[in-house]
Amino acid sequence: MLVISVRSDRIDAASAIAFKEDLRSRIEHGPPRVILDLSQVTFLDSSGLGAVVAAKKLVGPGRSFELSGLTGAVEKVFRLTRMDSVFTIHASLPQAFRDAV
Amino acid sequence: MRYDPRPPAVPPPVLLHLTVQGDAVSVSDGLRRVMALPFWSPMSADFATSAELVLAEVLNNVAEHAYAGTSGEIEVSLERTAAGVAIRVADRGGPMPQNRLPEGAAPDPRDLQEGGFGWHLIRSLARDLTYRRLDGWNLFSFRIDDLPPAKQSH
Repeated sequence: MLVISVRSDRIDAASAIAFKEDLRSRIEHGPPRVILDLSQVTFLDSSGLGAVVAAKKLVGPGRSFELSGLTGAVEKVFRLTRMDSVFTIHASLPQAFRDAV
Repeated sequence: MRYDPRPPAVPPPVLLHLTVQGDAVSVSDGLRRVMALPFWSPMSADFATSAELVLAEVLNNVAEHAYAGTSGEIEVSLERTAAGVAIRVADRGGPMPQNRLPEGAAPDPRDLQEGGFGWHLIRSLARDLTYRRLDGWNLFSFRIDDLPPAKQSH
């Protein structure tokens, strides 16, 4: 299992490309389960959402890409775009560990 | 009546105007500064989040498309109203395609598209959205209300 904790408080149009490239290098050949912890992210726009979706596609269907710790602002973007229906989302990182199969 | 030595509370400003350069880094820095101002203090955190998201999507659309490959300034004015905030955005970049706003239909989440969500987010959160092209300016106006979302009918 690979846990990536995002330290930045914003994933927006200014940072999304660098964030996406950074994620790519970390997850491309990783373990079967990847958890992206967003508990420190207080703002995410459509560009940031695109970067997270790109990471899910890169991990591919044979592995699991999950999210944890969505703050209110981030959760709102996932809800309004209905992306919350295609991601496994854990309330927190400890919860993600407990939810392990 | 007792003498109260405390100075009267200064209400947060009702109007706010800012000019940002039309690029993603300037928009990000500008929003970070604007959202820290006392202008937002009478409103809920959830409302401020919605306002920041709509502003980010509109301003980044200007930076990415209207000012594509060029530079220019974006003028933003915010006015606090009884219901929330009325916002106007103006830029001198290229016009919107067909001189109108995109419909903002939401992509199917199962398609895992990486883009195409910006105008959907704007239209989900903003009201009375207008766009005009006037004398080389793009003029956008919209309101964001600090009210609980309408209950969805089932």
